[in-house]
Amino acid sequence: MSASTAGTGTGAVPAVLAPPPPARATIPRTFAAMMAREARVMRKNFLSTFLRVLVQPVLFVFVFAYVLPKLGGGATAGGPGGPSFATILVPGLVGSSIIMQAMMAVIFPLMMELNWQKSITDRALAPVPIPLLGAQKIVAAAAQGLIGGLLVFPAVLFIHADGQAPKVHVDNWPVLIVVMVSGALLSAAGGLLLGTLMNPQKVQMLFAVVLLPMTMLGCVYYPWSALDDIRWLQIVSLFNPLVYLSEGLRSALTPDVPHMPVWVFMLATIGGTILLTWAAMRTFTRRVLT
Amino acid sequence: MTESPAAVHTVDLRKTYPASGPRPAVPAVRGIDLNVPRGEFFGLLGPNGAGKSTTIGMLTTLVSPTGGSAHVCGLDVVDDAVEIKRRIGVVSQNNTLDSDLTVAENLEFRGRYFGLGARDARRRADELLELFGLTEQRSGNPFEISGGQAKRVMICRALVHGPEVLFLDEPTAGLDPQTRANLWDVLRGLQAAGQTIVLTTHYMEEAEALCDRVAVVDHGEILASGTVDELKSTAGADTVITVAYDAAAPSGIRALADRDGITKVEVNDGQVRVFASDPGGLLGELVTIGSRAGVGVTDATQLRPSLETVFLTLTGRDYRE
Repeated sequence: MSASTAGTGTGAVPAVLAPPPPARATIPRTFAAMMAREARVMRKNFLSTFLRVLVQPVLFVFVFAYVLPKLGGGATAGGPGGPSFATILVPGLVGSSIIMQAMMAVIFPLMMELNWQKSITDRALAPVPIPLLGAQKIVAAAAQGLIGGLLVFPAVLFIHADGQAPKVHVDNWPVLIVVMVSGALLSAAGGLLLGTLMNPQKVQMLFAVVLLPMTMLGCVYYPWSALDDIRWLQIVSLFNPLVYLSEGLRSALTPDVPHMPVWVFMLATIGGTILLTWAAMRTFTRRVLT
Repeated sequence: MTESPAAVHTVDLRKTYPASGPRPAVPAVRGIDLNVPRGEFFGLLGPNGAGKSTTIGMLTTLVSPTGGSAHVCGLDVVDDAVEIKRRIGVVSQNNTLDSDLTVAENLEFRGRYFGLGARDARRRADELLELFGLTEQRSGNPFEISGGQAKRVMICRALVHGPEVLFLDEPTAGLDPQTRANLWDVLRGLQAAGQTIVLTTHYMEEAEALCDRVAVVDHGEILASGTVDELKSTAGADTVITVAYDAAAPSGIRALADRDGITKVEVNDGQVRVFASDPGGLLGELVTIGSRAGVGVTDATQLRPSLETVFLTLTGRDYRE
């Protein structure tokens, strides 16, 4: 059985175990190696990971930009002549995909690593400071969020009924890139913060209590300014990070649709990223080191 | 070699976990002094909850001390944590292998975390798997192999970067005897090749079988330390005879304590424990004393000097209570 192979294989082990090849374990190299690990894992699980994030937006554009217009429902925001619903949806659905994917990419593995067998020890013993390990998780999850957002683009651009095509043109590349990147980092940092504070038994609640309300009320399906008539909701929405991502993408992709001024969403996404990253690195370190 | 700092050096090392909710603060480690020279196989022996894992946690930088100091390879565990991590290998008690990676990838990425290039890391992983008889498991998930195999993978993982000190926390807990014997061979071989090893265990026989020196730990403190032979001879480790009478112990028993060759007599209701350096004929005598007083013997054990009697002598408690 395996015991006999173990017996023959192990007796002489250390005598012939050569020293490792020379290595330079600088912090940037270790950080890069950890990112390489994430890339390997992402490649292995690509289909299951991104299917999860694609289904919801694809179904949504299918129903609202294809089925309903075909039925003559005429889901046209802003009245006749205004932007089509498809146009409104493009930035919103890309934004919500980024947020969902980035948050899930950090929270689910973290729940396993912190609680089940405490397997975070594997990475915690790598030669980097523990807060940097938290930062690495944020960067890796943000990258997944961006991929999720990019995958949604073709779906929301091309699924629509005749005459309902979204009017999208990149008005401002730098703004688009900064908003997408900072929005992804913001979500990942928020995910790490939630994941380190949350009771692992309550992770199921995350969808009902955090992710679903955030997407439904994240100005995904309407621009923020359209909420003028529901003033209280307009104000409450300002606490939802997705609002700034949706509005930022609206400004960069569909500038004809009303949107927040650039400085507002930039301040929110970049400032929020810095704040949440700082907080999440602290809570993460407290969970890993006892 | 003698110039280089000790593998492990601690002075009055302490850890108190803060109170949380209804639970009061827990002083898990209460002032431990250790000195482990390079090349030694050192064991921390104690029952579960003695503070061994907390001590290892502090030495491996994952638990922050609340008092005293600890140095590994001359580096401070708080200030130089990253550099310490470059120089140590750790085999934790649980299976902490990366479940998103295969067995071989676990070793490959461990090598890369420690600065190896991708190709060198893969070669190193193959080499270790081959040596430890794990080649067949290389593509397996680390949670779908046997407990003994997982433990060997974890030892491989700890050895990838050629650590100066190897820490193992309860390496054979929960393994069957055959697998345990195999692991012992592995560890002996590593030490023979010059590897410094620090291990915790609650198995007496493991400490006796493997360690050059042992520290006996209980309630967060070191009760005694030295080579196994030293402990047996100096810690008052005698043969321990325990006799349970079916009624209160006869009064004549206490007088035995004055006799040469008997160190101590403990009487606890019907249970008598005699610590003797010269136990010849003593067990029979205890039975006779009882029957003369009209008291029968329901149970009797005689433990020859071992780490178990050391523990009993030092704490007055059975090791496995």
